[in-house]
Amino acid sequence: MTGPDAASAETLEALYQRIYDDQQFRQLQRRRSRLSWSLAAIVFLSFYSYISIVGFSPGLLAVPVGPDTVITWGIPVAIGLIALGVALTGYYVWQANRRFDPELAAIVERVRSTAQNDLP
Amino acid sequence: MPFRFFLGLLGLAALPVVVLAGEPSTPREVNLIAIAMFMVFVLATLGITWWAAGRTRTTSDYYAAGSAISGTQNGFAIAGDFMSAASFLGISGLVFTNGYDGLIYAVGGLIGWPLVLFLLAERLRNLGRFTFADAVSYRLSAVPIRTLSACSTLVVIVLYLIAQMVGAGTLIQILFGLPYEVAVVVVGILMVLYVSFGGMIATTWVQIIKACLLIGGSTFLAFLVMLRFDFSLETLFSSAVEIHHQGIAVMAPGNWITDPVSAISMGIALMFGTAGLPHVLMRFFTVPDAVEARKSAFVATGLIGYFYMLIVILGFGAIVLVSNNPEFVGPDGLRGGNNMAAVHLAKAAAGDLLLGFISAVAFATILAVVSGLTLSGASAVSHDLFANVIKRGRATEQEVVQLSRYASLGLGAIAVTLGMVFEGQNVAYMVLLAFAVAASVNFPILFLSMYWRGLTTRGAVTGGAVGLVVAVALLILGPTVWVEILGNESAVFPYKHPALFSMVSAFVVIYLVSKADRSERAREEARAFDRQYVRSITGMGAAAAAEH
Repeated sequence: MTGPDAASAETLEALYQRIYDDQQFRQLQRRRSRLSWSLAAIVFLSFYSYISIVGFSPGLLAVPVGPDTVITWGIPVAIGLIALGVALTGYYVWQANRRFDPELAAIVERVRSTAQNDLP
Repeated sequence: MPFRFFLGLLGLAALPVVVLAGEPSTPREVNLIAIAMFMVFVLATLGITWWAAGRTRTTSDYYAAGSAISGTQNGFAIAGDFMSAASFLGISGLVFTNGYDGLIYAVGGLIGWPLVLFLLAERLRNLGRFTFADAVSYRLSAVPIRTLSACSTLVVIVLYLIAQMVGAGTLIQILFGLPYEVAVVVVGILMVLYVSFGGMIATTWVQIIKACLLIGGSTFLAFLVMLRFDFSLETLFSSAVEIHHQGIAVMAPGNWITDPVSAISMGIALMFGTAGLPHVLMRFFTVPDAVEARKSAFVATGLIGYFYMLIVILGFGAIVLVSNNPEFVGPDGLRGGNNMAAVHLAKAAAGDLLLGFISAVAFATILAVVSGLTLSGASAVSHDLFANVIKRGRATEQEVVQLSRYASLGLGAIAVTLGMVFEGQNVAYMVLLAFAVAASVNFPILFLSMYWRGLTTRGAVTGGAVGLVVAVALLILGPTVWVEILGNESAVFPYKHPALFSMVSAFVVIYLVSKADRSERAREEARAFDRQYVRSITGMGAAAAAEH
């Protein structure tokens, strides 16, 4: 940031601090990160369970799904993991758009207007 | 002046075709349909480059397409970057040779994307402008961080470029009847043209067009395959089991990944490497805000997941339709190597017209991916190293864009040379090595800069450097380079995939050094975390940066 922006940079930093200290913002972020981290954990755990089976006992994935088929459990598991990944990203985007974005915008707007009123 | 340069390079690109036409007897059959279709693609993309060149005025236009790409468009472009020749030809080839093991690769390739979305995409967009190093240096010291990021970016880019070049050379040699070296030079010239004149605008549109062609072509080919098996996966798989020399083992893991350490190390490289690929991360700056960044990650994940499922069908289809046909299989195995499975399948399924189309699409894929890589490498040199490290932010926009053009030319020369040196290597491994470095340097510092207040510059630089050195060293001492390329008896480091060891050592060193760092700068960096956090969540201050 250069010359003409210096003053606005200062107000911006003050605004960042106000938002950071805002209780509602904190609370929203707690819910938001609970969602991101839970989804990340689901993806992480399911993928590493899969990779561990591949590494430690690949035989489990070689079992056919039925008596008259060559399709092994490995196939639906792999396709299921791909589908799970896509479905969870869709769920996250839906939640973020519907729930978090409007709330965040409202909080930012409220903090911004009180900050302006506080100015001398 | 630039346009004369443009025309000069264009002339060079046309040269091999002229030489070919003048030669009375070429060793291979020249595929006119493929050449014609490819020419249409090249002309269209050069037209786009010309158009984009007129629209590229500022550094923001050059590096981030003015942040004016929509989320859906960017999703296609990201998917395009990820659906490289290594995915299309490499994974279908892997399924063709090893059956189920190709699926493990497909799952691993997809599974990093949800993580990118949940943890990185929005914050990255809000913190940076052109490269992921922008986001890391928001609160950490720019000079050391950018130096390290630029080095690791260049390593990743060059490894990835080698893979693409090798794929391009082999492919064009077989399909177009051009010598390997000529093919590599043509790719080199075209990518330098796209990148140096059209910047991110041209690179993005080339990528979007190619993604549509690739997904459309693969869908049609998979449809033709399934048509032969009455749309029954059971019939497809049981025919493959009958024909493949491994029999029923082709339906289970274990032929390709032989031990648990390799399996987990490969998983780490795929999952976290995806989250650290510089040319893909860079795409998140081409959209206007975090909402569009989020949308683009979702679109990309959906497209990549769909594409990988098609690839698996193509691989198994190739086992049945290609492996017993003497037209495609010679005494030494598949003609042109195992990466040609999908291409031969096109001919087996629908004859010369589809073969021509798929060949042209495969060539276009390589071109689009190398362009994205080159732009990313060029921005590491010009934006990170030149503008911010050497000139300390005092370079003019013209100087920086000018340097990018030279850098892309330099990268083109390096890619062409190394493409020739590494002729005949398996392209999928090369990409995996690039992923290992991305997972061991870029991912740890980017992730910790956003999520750990305690990260300091000293910790990030030391740990990142350790990750880089360990990844590269283990890669050289491992079986792929030490045995297969350098010809030694046995590998010093027994595993093909170094990511498990290199990423963990990077995280450990970053943690220990940051904890031990009691400097004033470290305290200041911790204090700046609150501000960075609010900006990364709200995007306030970021929108302004994208406007000019």
